[in-house]
Amino acid sequence: MLTAILIMALGAVILGAALGYASIKFKVEGNPLVEKIEAILPQTQCGQCGFPGCKPYAEAIAGGEEINRCPPGGQEGVRKLADLLGREVKPLDAEEKPKQLAIIDEQTCIGCTLCIQACPVDAIVGAAKQMHTVVSSLCTGCELCVKPCPVECIRMEVIEESIDNWKWKYPVIELKRVA
Amino acid sequence: MTHYLFIVIGAVLVNNVVLVRILGLCPFMGVSKKLETAFGMGAATTFVLTVATGATYVIDHFLLMPFGLEYLRTISFIVTIAAIVQLTEMVIQKSSPVLHQVLGIYLPLITTNCAVLGVPLLNVANKYNFLESLLFGAGSAVGFSLVLVLFAGIRERIEGADVPVHFRGVAIAMITAGLMSLAFMGFAGLDKYR
Amino acid sequence: MFQLFKFKGGVKPETNKAVSVTAPIAIAPLPAQLIVPLHQSIGGMPRPLVKAGERVLKGQRIGDPDKWISAAVHAPTSGTVVSVEERIASHPSGLPTLSVVLEPDGRDEWMERAPLDYASLEPERVRERLRDFGVVGLGGAVFPSHAKLVAAKAVPMEELVINGAECEPFMTCDDMLMRERAEEIVRGVGIFRDLLAPKRVLIGIEDNKPEALAAMRAAVQIVGENFEVVAVPTRYPAGGAKQLIRVLTGKEVPASTRSPEMGVQCFNVATAYTAWRAIAHGEPVLSRIVTLTGNVEQPRNWEVLLGTPLRDLIALGQPKADTTGYVMGGPMMGFEMPSLEAPIVKATNCIIAASPTLFPPPAPEMPCIRCGACAQACPHELQPFELYWFARARNFGKTQEYNIFDCIECGCCSYVCPSHIPLVQYFRFAKSEIWAREREKNQADAAKARFEFRNEREEREKAEKAERLAKAAAAKAAAAKPASEGVSAQSVAVTDNTAATLDPEAIKKATIAAAMERAKRQRESVQPKNTEGLTAAQSEEIAEIEARRTPLQKPTDQGEENSAPAIEK
Repeated sequence: MLTAILIMALGAVILGAALGYASIKFKVEGNPLVEKIEAILPQTQCGQCGFPGCKPYAEAIAGGEEINRCPPGGQEGVRKLADLLGREVKPLDAEEKPKQLAIIDEQTCIGCTLCIQACPVDAIVGAAKQMHTVVSSLCTGCELCVKPCPVECIRMEVIEESIDNWKWKYPVIELKRVA
Repeated sequence: MTHYLFIVIGAVLVNNVVLVRILGLCPFMGVSKKLETAFGMGAATTFVLTVATGATYVIDHFLLMPFGLEYLRTISFIVTIAAIVQLTEMVIQKSSPVLHQVLGIYLPLITTNCAVLGVPLLNVANKYNFLESLLFGAGSAVGFSLVLVLFAGIRERIEGADVPVHFRGVAIAMITAGLMSLAFMGFAGLDKYR
Repeated sequence: MFQLFKFKGGVKPETNKAVSVTAPIAIAPLPAQLIVPLHQSIGGMPRPLVKAGERVLKGQRIGDPDKWISAAVHAPTSGTVVSVEERIASHPSGLPTLSVVLEPDGRDEWMERAPLDYASLEPERVRERLRDFGVVGLGGAVFPSHAKLVAAKAVPMEELVINGAECEPFMTCDDMLMRERAEEIVRGVGIFRDLLAPKRVLIGIEDNKPEALAAMRAAVQIVGENFEVVAVPTRYPAGGAKQLIRVLTGKEVPASTRSPEMGVQCFNVATAYTAWRAIAHGEPVLSRIVTLTGNVEQPRNWEVLLGTPLRDLIALGQPKADTTGYVMGGPMMGFEMPSLEAPIVKATNCIIAASPTLFPPPAPEMPCIRCGACAQACPHELQPFELYWFARARNFGKTQEYNIFDCIECGCCSYVCPSHIPLVQYFRFAKSEIWAREREKNQADAAKARFEFRNEREEREKAEKAERLAKAAAAKAAAAKPASEGVSAQSVAVTDNTAATLDPEAIKKATIAAAMERAKRQRESVQPKNTEGLTAAQSEEIAEIEARRTPLQKPTDQGEENSAPAIEK
């Protein structure tokens, strides 16, 4: 009886010591997973997920947050995250919107610079008391500039299909006709 | 020499742990959705199983048997395996965080993988010596990885197929596993020419 | 005997070429309106150089090339620019593209044409000339030719391949061009030869065009060149650049490698012709030979001005009553023209009038049985059935693993598929999805970089501000010190005491009062300055500016009404 206890105790001590040593040796610094998650997020920095930017959300996902909080990423983004993390694909936690672009009505703009401060990617140019405008190629469509505008001169427009972004459609399968 | 070869081939193909002995089905179904993770899981299990067979042999022969403690065999094997799995988990988390995330719960579950416990116990039952135990452990692990990778390859392909709605997901996976099992039964034919 | 090589795969569809070669090339009459799209080549979108109402001469440049990979666009005839606006493009999408709409004046008045003695010029100048004269690959890919006329640095140029194979069924525009204008083609090839300095020049023509072969051989004799005119076996797609290079030189151009790195370059015969016209006659690319065939009464080749609406061209061929649509390009790789208003562009080599008897509606798609017929037909040795499997399941990563981007969309796989699967459509779908994803990824990366830079800048500004404030506070303290030194230590103690004894309410009140005082001072400071002692003229000017500003700040309804028609115009 005593030998049994002693042997088991000895085993426990040896294994415990080995594990303790390994946990020091293989200590993980930071979380490299965050970078991989962030690469999937669309980087609009819009905060619609409830986190201030894409990186904080990526960190939250790595910490166990739901993966369906990113409306600009769409269902496709959820699917990619699920793929990376081996989680279940969930429906998006908001309605999916087509890609948009902010447009400043230049007649109404009073040059208050509030939208410039709100834009997370510096896509609005202008100066105090000067008209502002959106650099369309840089706009991520995050809508963060719409609210701060005191004269409501910013509107969101859906990006229309053009020759440059046109895509071949999925072939329509014709079902076999039964005579 | 041929004796050892037979042990290995027997473990890999004829008495495959998953498809013939039906051990370790949990990770077989759980981590076979993608080829990459199947490779990772296969490698992790191979490592754990090989080390575990060696370690359990040592414990069995130099601790338990001399002191007549054979009745502690199962529990001491489980503790040893758990420690090895912990170690593997730490190494994987350090070297491949994505694999760690993807394997998720299945990584610590190697502890309770019946294949990993079953193989050392089979070693004891078959009265294998140290080298035979190691070969049998490694062979079984390779068999496990082989089947897991094959199955993951098939499942990746099934993803693109027009599977009837009611058979999608686990159902078609079960059918596939059954067919694979039938196919592996065919290796029993190798036995005749021993 | 010239040694020919073979390429893998390929098919032999019915050629249907005989009908359109009976009559010589005819010049198409001037249409009532020309719609010249600015983007007619691969690469940068040319910038418009003309405005509505402007009169242009034939050959005048109306679109300026943007960056090096781009080609200029010119007015096909003299006339007046009606507008520069979005018009339907000759593109499968049917979406509009920026085009110059031109109303011909019927005089067809040339701008001044300056022939170029290219032999005495630097090669770089010749390439610029080709770019500015809009010379692009007329085989259908419209890649700017000047960009292809550069030999690889490390590899000596060995063969120059001239593509007269014309493997697509129905199409005869290159055939007729070679029969009628062989000499100019050969001289154009001479220009390419001088720029690239290859060891050999090989002109490949499919052996079903004996007249073109004879004409080209005769022309080579007349011009006195040592080009080899080679008959290649008729098999689709022998006219693909990589296939023809393979057949003539035995060289296989690997995936994602450009042919100059293998010491070969390939040009279409029509490209060589336009290059000669551009250099020796000073004529930009204004027209091209278009085969009009299929379900028409009079199939033949026409020399058509670029920008001619499809409607005007087809009227020349008199389409039969049961014509259902028009295909641009050949039946293997072409697409249906989205509208009769879409113009003829540099890529339009052939227009086929379609009818249900000529192109029966596709048979219903059946499941893939993995017979492998497509893999045998694929000239690029791909596995179309695997690509199809993954493209259909939208597994685009896998399609890339199976090299979907080596697919030239030649249509051989769809042609041989016993299950009538439109394989190429699936591949086009997968490719454009992958490109779209790539674009999104790049945009996201750029946005991330800008966001991070902005955060960094804000941090820096905050730190700088804090530093400035700290400095100012330190300076203030230093200034206050000598003043307070006179005050006795006792009074300091008293103020300390009072501060401690005063109730918080009083402190708050004092702060508010101080803030109001500060605000008042600030208000005063923003009052217009330097308003005193202005001259009458200056104050008048200010009033004028103010008057101009008011309607801008608050637009009246009238102002909007005025601006609306201006946009419509």
